[in-house]
Amino acid sequence: MTSPEPVVLSATAITKRFGTVDVLKGVDLTVRKGERIAILGSSGSGKSTLLRCLNLLERPTGGTIALDGRTIGRPDGKGCQRYDERELDRVRTRVGMVFQQFNLFPHMRVIENVMEAPRGVLGKSKAEAQAIAERQLAAVGLAEKATAWPAQLSGGQQQRVAIARALAMDPEVLLLDEPTSSLDPELVGEVLAAIRALSDEGRTMLIVTHELGFAFHFATRVLFLHDGKVLEEGPPEQVLKAPREERTRRFIERFTERRF
Amino acid sequence: MPYVWDFSAVTRNWTVLLSGLGGTIVLSLAGIAVGILIGAGLAAMRLSGLRVLRWPATAWIEFFRNTPPLVHFFWFFYGLPMAFGITLSSFGAALAALGIQSSAFFAEVFRGGIVSVERGQWEAGRALGMSRARLFRRIILPQAARRMAAPFVERCFELVKTTTLAAALAHHELLYAAMVVVTETYRPLEVYTVVALLFLTVLFAASQVSEWLEARGRAMQGR
Amino acid sequence: MPELQFGVVFADFDLLIRAAGTTALLWAAAFSVGWSAGWIVAFGRRSPRLVLAIPARGFVECFRNTPVLVQLIWFYYALPVLIGIQMPAFGAAVLALGLNGTAYCAEIHRNGLQSVAIGQWEAGRALGMGRLRVFFRIILPQAVSRMIPAYTNRAVEMAKNTSVASVISVHELMYNARLFSSQNYVPLETFTVVAGIYFVVIWPISLASSLIERRRSA
Ligand SMILES: Nc1ncnc2c1ncn2[C@@H]1O[C@H](COP(=O)(O)OP(=O)(O)O)[C@@H](O)[C@H]1O
Ligand SMILES: [Mg+2]
Repeated sequence: MTSPEPVVLSATAITKRFGTVDVLKGVDLTVRKGERIAILGSSGSGKSTLLRCLNLLERPTGGTIALDGRTIGRPDGKGCQRYDERELDRVRTRVGMVFQQFNLFPHMRVIENVMEAPRGVLGKSKAEAQAIAERQLAAVGLAEKATAWPAQLSGGQQQRVAIARALAMDPEVLLLDEPTSSLDPELVGEVLAAIRALSDEGRTMLIVTHELGFAFHFATRVLFLHDGKVLEEGPPEQVLKAPREERTRRFIERFTERRF
Repeated sequence: MPYVWDFSAVTRNWTVLLSGLGGTIVLSLAGIAVGILIGAGLAAMRLSGLRVLRWPATAWIEFFRNTPPLVHFFWFFYGLPMAFGITLSSFGAALAALGIQSSAFFAEVFRGGIVSVERGQWEAGRALGMSRARLFRRIILPQAARRMAAPFVERCFELVKTTTLAAALAHHELLYAAMVVVTETYRPLEVYTVVALLFLTVLFAASQVSEWLEARGRAMQGR
Repeated sequence: MPELQFGVVFADFDLLIRAAGTTALLWAAAFSVGWSAGWIVAFGRRSPRLVLAIPARGFVECFRNTPVLVQLIWFYYALPVLIGIQMPAFGAAVLALGLNGTAYCAEIHRNGLQSVAIGQWEAGRALGMGRLRVFFRIILPQAVSRMIPAYTNRAVEMAKNTSVASVISVHELMYNARLFSSQNYVPLETFTVVAGIYFVVIWPISLASSLIERRRSA
């Protein structure tokens, strides 16, 4: 094995509390370049909250996030981090996100959705942004839908546009939160295929998913979240085939016995 | 004996009625402008995170939404000069009353449109690293504006109808002009019917046009 | 700062309160007319028979696209010329405000009926219930409860509209306020207090309406 890839994103002792509920209870996570991490866990275990803390859509209650070795925010002297809006905007340009509900901008055509951030945030010229958008749309197989409106697309197509939109920023890490969970079963495949294609180009990704078969073949590492903590993590062969923890085993059984 | 309609009272005095209609249009447009201006400020205050801004805006909105506009007309026309020595013309008083009263409604239209945009839209924009200002301008406002359109138009229609209250201040708008014509001609039935028909035609036509525009806007985005 | 004489107004406060009673009466009468007659017009609008649907639509558009003051003046000054009977001001006000309310309530009723899924009709009919029974037992309760915010909203608009009846000299709150302020030269104080009275009566309705709406969407 060659020398380990550099660490892109790391989370240290992340906690998150909503009101009186502790949703994350101290999560540590190190993401190296090129890694593909699948995050599993039952509903309400804090998977979405963890992803949203990683790009600071939610501000963690405690702990720190570091991107490329640089800690985001600065200590406020009381054991928490203070964040500057501008800094967070910059961080988010480098950490992409794909949502369960797609969240395409309905008032913009498909290509405008993809061009918006490269142009408005990265300051690219219109021609550059358009070239990037066309390339990304072609990569997810939707080049011919460039001038369509989001409402004219199927769920699977919308999600592929959302992936193209995130990739147009060329993020160092891509976060995907249950990207196929709100799709009709027959549309899941096309989205998973688009995601799989990204692994060929070595894209660093974290994906929350309930598609265990996909996770097994796709992920370089699997993380099982339970009750706001990482209960178990390791290579897919180990976590999915020979889980150490009873809870992990039960979870996997529940999701596999549906298949026949 | 059946009543014999006679519209000569209207045809002989059409210049009076026409100038009244002009007064109605001017008052309507000015009122809408003032209402939008104050309303936008109120909406921004209500949406802000600061309680010192939110509370006064809420109080203002609630007060003017829940009291009759006619009271505001009289307050500005008769109340202000008597107590503070600020004398407003009938136009000034009517404009102040209309603008302030409708600002409360416009504020709710604007705020309603903005909060109706799903949270996911904010999040998608933020996740792309867009600044708040840009996100608001490029993503939220265009969607909010589309949803505001129908209630906004409705509020404008309400305002146009409310301008007739200025007749109670003897301000020369369509209804007051009609009253003047009636006192001279003793033909209330014909004159007031024509006034009603004028309002009906203008507002109904306008509402049909705005409905058509809205439907077209929806169709254009494939919805 | 001028010398404000609220004492003068409060000395005759009972006069304003009695006038507010007339306002309440006008309000209740006009709203009852509007709500009930609104059903007739609503069914007219839903009817597949054009002889019913077109006049119903015309009625609604007429009253929604003309100012309420014009309606009041028309019913008080113009209509008597046509029918040869002079109505008392209060009667004309109930008629005008009531018909105005009819047009708006008709649209609320209609939307309410539309909002109840067609499946509810079918489920009721499938159980062997008659059309009327399905309507009163299944459809109406769902429609009405869904429309409560719209009804309260209409009640608020109607309450504010009653003040316009002062222009045709119905002796309600606003009329008495105008009279009182010109007799005592205290317009600012009078109209401020009267605005307060209206607010105290109307605001709770708005508040209840938004609470109901919030509970429904929660
Ligand atoms: N904004 C929020 N306010 C309050 N509670 C929240 C919020 N977001 C998430 N939660 C709670 O945190 C817990 C974990 O949520 P989430 O991270 O969405 O779980 P998962 O994605 O694993 O299903 C849930 O109990 C949820 O109700
Ligand atoms: Mg989730």
